[in-house]
Amino acid sequence: MGGVHPEENKISTNAVIEQMPLPKQVAVLMNQHLGAPATPIVAKGDKVKVGQLIAEAQAFMCANIHSPVSGTVNKIDTCKDMVGLPKTAIYIDVEGDEWMESIDRTPDIKRECTLEPKEIVAKLKEMGIVGLGGATFPAHIKYSVPEGKKAEYLIINAAECEPYLTSDHRVMMEHAEEICIGVSILRKALGVPNAYIGIESNKPEPIRVMTEMARTFEGIIVEPLVVKYPQGAEKQLINSITGRKVPSGKLPIDVGCVVSNIGTTFAVYEAVQKNKPLIENILTVTGKKLPSQHNYQCRIGITYNDIIKHALGQLPETTGKVISGGTMMGKAISNLDAPTTKGASSVLVMDENEARRRPESNCIRCGKCINACPMGLEPYLFSALVKNDRIEEAQAHNILDCIECGCCFFSCPANKPLTDEIRLGKNKVRAMMAAKK
Amino acid sequence: MNLLKISGSPHVHSDESTKKIMWRVNLALVPMLLTGIAYFGLNALLISIVSVACCCLFQWLIEKFILKVPSTVCDGSAIVTGLLLAFNVPATADMIWLVAIGALVAIGVGKMSFGGLGKNPFNPALVGRVFMLISFPVQMTTWPTVGKWFPMGFDTVSGATPLGLIKEGVKGGQSISEVLASPDMPSLCDIFLGHMGGSLGEVSAIAILIGAIYLLCRKVITWHIPVAFIGSAFILSGILWLADPTQFIDPVTTILTGGIMLGACFMATDMVTSPMAKSGQLIFGVGCGLLTIIIRNWGAYPEGVSFAILLMNSVTPLINRWCKPARFAC
Repeated sequence: MGGVHPEENKISTNAVIEQMPLPKQVAVLMNQHLGAPATPIVAKGDKVKVGQLIAEAQAFMCANIHSPVSGTVNKIDTCKDMVGLPKTAIYIDVEGDEWMESIDRTPDIKRECTLEPKEIVAKLKEMGIVGLGGATFPAHIKYSVPEGKKAEYLIINAAECEPYLTSDHRVMMEHAEEICIGVSILRKALGVPNAYIGIESNKPEPIRVMTEMARTFEGIIVEPLVVKYPQGAEKQLINSITGRKVPSGKLPIDVGCVVSNIGTTFAVYEAVQKNKPLIENILTVTGKKLPSQHNYQCRIGITYNDIIKHALGQLPETTGKVISGGTMMGKAISNLDAPTTKGASSVLVMDENEARRRPESNCIRCGKCINACPMGLEPYLFSALVKNDRIEEAQAHNILDCIECGCCFFSCPANKPLTDEIRLGKNKVRAMMAAKK
Repeated sequence: MNLLKISGSPHVHSDESTKKIMWRVNLALVPMLLTGIAYFGLNALLISIVSVACCCLFQWLIEKFILKVPSTVCDGSAIVTGLLLAFNVPATADMIWLVAIGALVAIGVGKMSFGGLGKNPFNPALVGRVFMLISFPVQMTTWPTVGKWFPMGFDTVSGATPLGLIKEGVKGGQSISEVLASPDMPSLCDIFLGHMGGSLGEVSAIAILIGAIYLLCRKVITWHIPVAFIGSAFILSGILWLADPTQFIDPVTTILTGGIMLGACFMATDMVTSPMAKSGQLIFGVGCGLLTIIIRNWGAYPEGVSFAILLMNSVTPLINRWCKPARFAC
């Protein structure tokens, strides 16, 4: 149901993952995950090593944060994130590259995992693993199935349906075995018979590589998926693979599913088998007008400007917009001095012309937004209701089911910013619900 | 370097635009314009030109001097209205100036008084057409005869439409088979090709189908409204025909004569005035089809497509309220 076909623009597909050099300073944000910020446990002047725990998860919905570099803590201060909101960050001046001894840095691949399910989950918590598909949900919470619920399917999201992004593609091509080990570990943690890796069928190479690798493992099935954005949206992916539908307001576990991104499984492998916390991620640096396309392995906390400087020297004169994420759901960056976080997946540079929004005109009630909506909602109606402040009606028409995939705005011939209006409406509905409580 | 732009996602657009949709509709109307000219000659061409020009002019004037907003004439929707209005009048010399009045009502009352494209509850071309039908009943029911191909004269010779013949015949006490056997009645083949009396653009089913298939392929319309409209008209007229073949015409002639084909494919499918959800579109189409047959058989007019569509336009907001798309999860 629904969905659109945006231009794929996977122009950085063949760029092998390169190592990003260490910056002079990193800023490690305390909010890198869904939930409460972590609490710093280092102070100004402390020496830290790569992989050392520097901020602890004290709330339930929270994740540990480790130092991505070695050096001296310069300050703990507010830091503007990529959209300009003030957050707390630990600034570390980089000195050398000294890793914690506990981390296994050998290139050997370890297949055997002797940990019990509970120990695996504890390890995920210790290593600060969060979901790398965008929501940065703390992994140890996701893999602790609550009382009374039962996991039946483990689904690994490798759809990468967002235009431009190629980091998942590259990780599958270069780390297929580690990924399969990571998947096996998660399968063991949940105690489910099979794990399904969903890959959109426009990626034949990763499908081939992963299918061949999965044969040497037990209970890993690679599922080619129909090419249609948003195939990789959680509810759509669950539906494609299991035929089940997550009801409104429920979680995947309510229909017996746990979904993780393919990038997360690689982080899980490194955490459980190599004792390496989540301190690096893989970023695509891409754009139609850029002279070169890259995929980088970066330390978390490096600024977007540092990445751009290394990859491109400087942004092209005609740059209109820089996006973290893909073109459909990514966030426009307003502050390039902001550090990257665990969930970052790309630096996407758009030309002035690509970045320009066309003027809005009257809704012609063509119904394209309805046909495009993967959740079966009525974006045109939300637009009118929100503008007229009819928030209760918007709620009654299931506005909170919107996954903000952007298909409605994408397909609107009148260029109405439907997704923006729905986002505003959702916030108003949440505010109204909070006020009622 | 310039300042960076920021906005909410998505950051790309499908390139679809209102203008593109309207121009596709205009392109789809060309086969009907050509068959109209082929059957009715220069009158058809002149009526179409006057209608389109007047629609554009009135829209421009209203936007410039009354609403004081930037002109939207370039989006092509006024041309769609102009063509459809022209297609809904008899191709007689009188119409060349009368259609200008129709255009004023269509654009001025039917469309701009509600706030322009997208805001109008009724199909503007039909508003104009029904206004003309009620105000100028004689001129609007004086049909040019069709005899030769490409007639070039400007003479108005009163002919008749198949539906008019049937209505008169049945009123006069004749049975359907007697009417169908009369020499004025065109053969089924002529009816399909459009070689019969009728409005400028509605006569040729084949031209309408070509246009409709183009619109279906370009995803401007979906099959729901045309199929529901024509299908329900076919079924209801079929039931009536089976019940009493002396009083009611057969379903094939029913759907090929009059404005059912044009109405179902181009007037009822108007995005602005038809329901949004697929289920609502089916209800809308069925309503149009049933009302058309009811008006044709029991109403005062021989043809009921315009009234049927306008009546269903008026309940579109209610249909939208009740027919929701299938939610992904509830």
